This record gives sequence, structure tokens and C-alpha cells, in this order.
Amino acid sequence: MNRTLKRVAVACLAMFALLMINVNVKQAVQAEDLRTDARNVRNFFDRYAIERGRITAGGKVIAESVETDSNQFRFVRKYPDAKLYAHVTGFFSPESAEAIEASENDLLDGSSADLLLRRSIDLFTGEPTKGANVELTINPKAQKAAYDALRSSGKRGAVLALNPKTGAILAMVSLPTYDPTELSGTDKGKVFTRYDELAADKSQPLLNRTIAQTYPPGSTFKVVTAAAYLEEDSSRGPETLVDAPQRLPLPNTNISLPNSGGAACGTGRVTLQFALERSCNTPFGKIGMEVGFDALKEQTEKFGMGEPLGVPMRVAQSDFGKDYDKAALAMASIGQRDNRMTPLQMAMIAAGIANDGVVMKPYLVNEITDAKGDAIEEADPDELSEAVSPETAGKLRDMMVSVVDNGTANLAQVPGVKVAGKTGTAETSDGQPPHAWFISFAPANDPQVALAVIVESGAANVGAEASGGHTAAPIAKAVLEAVLNK
Amino acid sequence: MSEVDVSPVPMPAKRRGAQLLMLALAVAIVMGAYANVGLALDGQVPSGMLTYGLSLGGLMLAAYLVLAKFAPWADPLILPLVTLVNGLGLVMIYRLSESDSNTGKLASPNSQLLWTLVGIVLFSLTLIFLRDHRALQRLTYTAGAVGVFLLVSPLIPFIGREINGARIWVGVPGVSAAQIQPAEFAKLALVVFFAGYLVAKRDVLALAGRRLLFIDLPRARDLGPVLIIWGVSLGVLVMQKDLGSSLLLFGTFIAMLYIATQRSSWVIIGILLFVGGAILAGMVFDHVQQRFEVFLNPSDPELFRRVGGSEQLMQGLFALGSGGILGTGLGQGHPELIPLAFSDFIFSATGEELGLTGLMALLMVYALIVERGLRTALAARDPFSKLLGGGLSFILAWQVFIIVGGVTNLIPLTGLVTPFMSQGGSALLANWILIALLVRMSDSARRPPPQAIQNEGMTQVFQR
Repeated sequence: MNRTLKRVAVACLAMFALLMINVNVKQAVQAEDLRTDARNVRNFFDRYAIERGRITAGGKVIAESVETDSNQFRFVRKYPDAKLYAHVTGFFSPESAEAIEASENDLLDGSSADLLLRRSIDLFTGEPTKGANVELTINPKAQKAAYDALRSSGKRGAVLALNPKTGAILAMVSLPTYDPTELSGTDKGKVFTRYDELAADKSQPLLNRTIAQTYPPGSTFKVVTAAAYLEEDSSRGPETLVDAPQRLPLPNTNISLPNSGGAACGTGRVTLQFALERSCNTPFGKIGMEVGFDALKEQTEKFGMGEPLGVPMRVAQSDFGKDYDKAALAMASIGQRDNRMTPLQMAMIAAGIANDGVVMKPYLVNEITDAKGDAIEEADPDELSEAVSPETAGKLRDMMVSVVDNGTANLAQVPGVKVAGKTGTAETSDGQPPHAWFISFAPANDPQVALAVIVESGAANVGAEASGGHTAAPIAKAVLEAVLNK
Repeated sequence: MSEVDVSPVPMPAKRRGAQLLMLALAVAIVMGAYANVGLALDGQVPSGMLTYGLSLGGLMLAAYLVLAKFAPWADPLILPLVTLVNGLGLVMIYRLSESDSNTGKLASPNSQLLWTLVGIVLFSLTLIFLRDHRALQRLTYTAGAVGVFLLVSPLIPFIGREINGARIWVGVPGVSAAQIQPAEFAKLALVVFFAGYLVAKRDVLALAGRRLLFIDLPRARDLGPVLIIWGVSLGVLVMQKDLGSSLLLFGTFIAMLYIATQRSSWVIIGILLFVGGAILAGMVFDHVQQRFEVFLNPSDPELFRRVGGSEQLMQGLFALGSGGILGTGLGQGHPELIPLAFSDFIFSATGEELGLTGLMALLMVYALIVERGLRTALAARDPFSKLLGGGLSFILAWQVFIIVGGVTNLIPLTGLVTPFMSQGGSALLANWILIALLVRMSDSARRPPPQAIQNEGMTQVFQR
């Protein structure tokens, strides 16, 4: 019987050999495929295995990872002021991320090559890898002021404030907003259902209106038209007289361009400053036609339009439009044709004028430090373009101060501070009330903040021109006061 | 007897010291793994560690003393190896119970520890009361009857229970905790029966009939017993939907038949019968066919989504892949994602956390246990012992092959417990008795034969 027993022993050995070979195939040869299979939920857990870095603004934590008791989802994302910063932080959902959470993801989760040294040290000291912390340029007071003020208007809209000297974004508010906590949970079903709800919502709460949405600029665009006009001839100034008829006939059409509400603009021949104060349409329509399409388009480009921007989130392209005949050009000169601007772009125009004609590249990330506090990246303010000469900037500034002091934007006045601004009311084609715009900077002699406010359908249909100033200017005022500590 | 064993193995030493050392090492490894789980999950050594260590270590010491007293010549390696595998199973079940998941809720390390203790007690009692395993030969037909009764007992109304689609349980009506898997004990009784029966009939069964090609076919009338076992196996499969036990029994019987008769024709007939049965079952039963489909293409998305499809198998394979060569480390993977990670899929769970390295070691330990068992059979001095030892060793190897091959997709998956590791009292108790029988046999096999006393002429002293 020993002969067969030995054969059975060999058979048993062969069975174990087969098992061993097969385990080798599974755990060595096919391991990578099995590990990375989309149905292997462990990849999902890995997303929560690392303590992601904090996102802070002015030292205030606005997004952080909190350790849980679960060993599947070790760290979950918390947003202390969820809705206030939603469009800035974005969210960190089971399968995607948005805004800073997405664009700074490799630093936040520690996988970036910039953190290689830190990771190597952690490997030796046995400490778990932590992500880098991201400090934003947002000024929490300005953000809160902008959010509260815009919210109290009860409308949709956006506020974007910049430091004109650096391009640092001080406030980025878009309403309606959402709660990023709801989209950053670990329950896929719940998160996706909520996301689908938000995505289907007609008020578009997921949309960051400050950078991802463009609007017709309305009368705020007159600043650009005025800039092109002043740049054309340095002898021109606020006191230069321009034609301001009650109606401006548009060439090759049988229609004419009225002033807002059909009103007269002074005596029919007024200073440029007066035209801007009252936001008359006819003088700027006429100026636009005189300056011409090319010069006007070039002026918009000098303010940064047409250049792809990332703050680091991608910014939608603002556009002046094209193929204008004279009549269309007149309309475009007062911001009522195909021109489409993001609130960020409008804020950059205000900032360029504030900063002696130099537009700084806007940015949101101030500093990135590793978990030990060593700086990895620091913001380096960068010039984007030279929009106008310092002289022209000075003239525009004086006129815009006058708009606030004597014109349509008196609601933006801040006691003891010279505020520059320009209102706008943008007609929309869909029969909705017009959008109310306001761009501004302050203090005029040493600008600390430049901003753009848009309140969707915020202007009443009647007496429209005053409405931009009526609804948007007080919001701007609140932000200015917050930044200037007034 | 067709063959005389001239010199089975070199004269053994008792090696009791080595056994104690190996046993201590096995307990130490298990305790280390246990502490490792606690440190990884909670950052501290588990609070029950002392209880665990003392109870396992104390019981192992007791088992060792029993073995030293009642089977002093027994193989020194079997007990430490089994202790290691059993302990590792305990650690994995404890580890799974600490995870917040459905699998974690079903894993019950405390009852498994209790069953282990009972298992070791049964092991000791078997050694104490069964002083000569050859006594079992006298119980051949009783064992056969008991085996068949146990096998079919889940079909008896009132006490039989169906869990997870397989009717392989019996229990006291109304008490959900008190239930056993009689098939685990049936397999022991049936191996005893096969051994006794085949020793008696092997000469007849070995008689050649016609010769076909290169194979000597047995006589047609000798096919009877094979067909009966085949029928019983198929019956288990059909009535209880228990593919694993069916395959386990039939394979073991064929292997023992081969050992007894030395005729490879029986193996071929067995394989043909098995293939025929499998094809038949595949045509008749959806669940058999489904297992086969899953085996051929486990990652198929459609099969993955299907209820009872390939998801469970794939989760086990994902775990293996994620573990890779070195594993995630105990407590640091996600084996709780595998359905039934504490029972059928405990091998995959272990593979995730201990990696390829750990699984190779584990398979090696199983192979060593089987090898020690077969060595015992080789060294045994009578045919019944050889057959019983060979059968018990083979059934262990075969069971490991079926379940491990199943969860690693080497062969179609059939539910069976991983010996000594999977959660479940019946299997643990039955396997500890199996080990006790092997130890008892190794004791008598290794005991030195009577020595001739040189100075006293032809007188010999027999030692029993």
C-alpha cells in the first residue's frame, strides 16, 4: 500500500503546488488589475485614508479633515462655514471635487511632487502623511459682508472683490449657494442624489457666478469706452465736452438710441464726467462709434479680456463680440450688445483703473504650507497687462469718484473715504427685469479694494438707470467698509 | 496483504522538547498577530489579550501534557502546526469582528474561541479514551451507518435547517444558537467506514476484469460500492445543494479506493463518474451552472451584478489583489468588504492583510500537516491504519484544495469551510478529532517495535 500512498502524497503535494502557483498569479501577476478595478471599493476608501490639508482664509479654517471612528472612512471633510465659502472651497465628493478642493487636490492630499521631501521624511519618522494646507487670499470679513449683503437683497447674484495692487481675491460670493458638506459625505447614494437635485435646480446653486458665468455688462462698460476715448488723445479729460443728444440716430437703421428712460442728458453737450455721472447712453454710443471697433476691442483686451485665466479655477472667457456695424458698435459701447463679462472681469477693470492702469493677475491661493508649516508655494503677484496710461487711469478715477459723490451711485458712499464707482443696468432679452451692476474701488487715492457686484434681475423695469445704483451699490458699500474697517 | 513493509521510516525519537518549543512558538505567533490587530485598529493591545493568551496557552499546555502522557511517541509537529492555523483563524475572526460592517457583525471571535477550547478538549479526550485506533475497525459498519445518517439528517423535518441556500444544518427547533453541521462529523465516520470496508474488500476490488487500452478495468459487479457512494454524493448535492461536501466525499472515497486497490482504473472511473455527475448537475441545477459560469468569467459585469453571481468571488479576488505581495498588515486592509470573510472566504481575508507571503506560509503549514499525516500512514504497520491515516490526511488536503482553489478561482467555487480557520463549531470539533486520530496513529506508528533481547536466546518481549 505504500506505493499508492506515496503517489497520493505526490498528488497532495501537486494540489498544494497548484494552489501556491495560483495565489502567486492572483497576488503578484494580476494584483495591479484587481487592485485598481473600478469595483474594488478599497480605492474609494483610499480617498479618505489621508488627512487632507486645511483650507484657510485669513487664518480662519474653512475646510478641514476630521478623523472618524470608522476604519473605512478615516477622515471626512468638514466645512465650518459651509455655505459662505461653498464656491471657494468647493466640495470633496466620493468621485469628484470642485473649486480649490479640485484644483489644489494633489497638494491637499499630499501626492504632489512638491511634497516629496516631506513624504520621505514621514516615511523615516513613521508619521502618517498629511496633506499640505492652503491659505487663501480671501478676507473673511469682506466675504461675510458680501454674502450677507447680497443675501439680504433676496436675489441671485455675485460679488467679487480684489486687491487692485496685487490681484489677490478678497471676496468671492455667488448666490444661490449650496452646502458643500452635503456633497462631501461618504454615502455615495446620498451625495449623488443631492448633487443631481442641485444640478437640476433652475437657480443653479452649483454655478460660481463670479467666474463661470458671463453677463451683459450694461452701463459699467461705459468705463471701458471712456478709457479708449481718453487713450486715443491725451489732451482729453473729464472736462472734455461731448455731444449728448436726447436720442442718438443709429446709422443704417431707422431706430435711435435713447438715454435711460428717454431723458435728456444735460444741455445736449456735456462734459465727459457729467455723461458718466448720469450714465447717459447717447454720448458713449457716439464716442464708441468715433473710437471704432478695433480700438474698443483692443481696450477690452488690455483690461485682460480674451486671455485664458485660472485663479486657479478656470475662468469663463469674457467677450466683446464681433462683426459689429456702426449701430451695433454704439450699442456695444454702452454694454448692451453681444458683450459678455464675468463679474471677475468687471472687477479687474475697476482694479486696473485703481492701480494706475496696471491690471494684476487675479489669484486665490496666498500660500501653501506642508503639515509642519514650511512654505511650499507663495503667491507672487504678477502683472497681467497695462490697460491704460497712469494719466488716463487718474482721469477715469476722478470721474468715477464723481459718479459716487454726485451721480447714480451715491448709495456707495462711505463716510471719510473717497469711493470710485460706476453703476450698470443690463437689459436681458428674456423679459426679466434687468441685472443691476456696480463696479467700484476705494479709497480712490490709495486703493485697497476693487470689486464688481451683480444682482440678477435686480433692477426695476422703470427708472432703470438708478436701479443699478439702488440695489448693487449698497452691497458694494458693505464690502468696502469691511475691507477698510469702517 | 499484498505487500510487506520492510523498513518504513528511520527509528524516531520522541522529540517532546521540540514539540513544546514549537507549540510555544505557535502560541507566541498567534498572540503577536492578535496584538498587531489591536495596535493597528485602536492603537493599543486588545484588552482581552491576556484572557486570550492564557486560555489558548493554558489549553495548549494541557493538550501537550495529555499527548505526552497518552501518546508519547506521537508526531511532534502536528499539534503545533494545527495550533498555528487555528490561532490565525481566531485572529482573523477577531479582526473582522472589529470592523464596522455587516461581516463584522456576523463574526463572533468569542464563540470561536470557545469552540476552539472545546475542540482541544475533544482532542485530549479522544487521545485519553481511544488508546488504540484499530478498535475503530470493529466499528466499520456502525461508522458507515452513523455517517450516512448524519449526512442525511438535515433533510429530516423539524430539525433540518436551510441557511444561505444550503440545507446542511440540524438544530433544536426554536433555538437558533444550537445548530450543527452534521456533514462535518459524517465525513469522519465515513472515512473510518471506507477504511474498514476497503481493507476487507480490497483484494476483490483489485481483481482485474477486462483490459481496455492500457487500463485494467475492474469486474462489473465490483462497481457496486463505487456507484453507491457516487449516488450518495449526488444525493447530497441534489437534496442539500451542498456542492462542496459532495465533491469532498466522492474524491476522498476514490483516493482511498486507489490506495487500497492500487488500481488507477478506479481513479479514472471515479473521474468519469464525477464529470458525468457534474455535467448532469449543471444541466439540471441553475446554481451549479451559475457557479461554472462565474468560474469561467468572474469579472463579467453582468455576472457581477446578478444576485448570487460573481460579486462575492470578485470581492475575494479584489482583496487578494489589494493585499499584493506583502499584504496591508493585520488590521490595515478592508477584508470586511468580502461577504462571508469569516467563513468561506477567510483565506482571501488573510491574503489581503498578510499578502502573498502570508498565504504561501499558510499553505505550507497545511501541506506540512498533510505531509505529517501521510508519513504516519506510511509508517503504520497494518493496512487499516495505513488506509485510515491516508484517508484522513487526504480529506484534509482535498478540503483545503477545494475551498482555497474555489476562492482563488482555480476551480469553481463550492462552499466548504477552510479547516481550522473558518468560523463554525462543527467543523472545528470534527477537525480536532481528525487530528487526534492522526496523532494517535502516529504514536503507534512511531513507537519502536519490540527489540530482541540478545542474551536470552529466542525470547522476545512484546510491548503493547
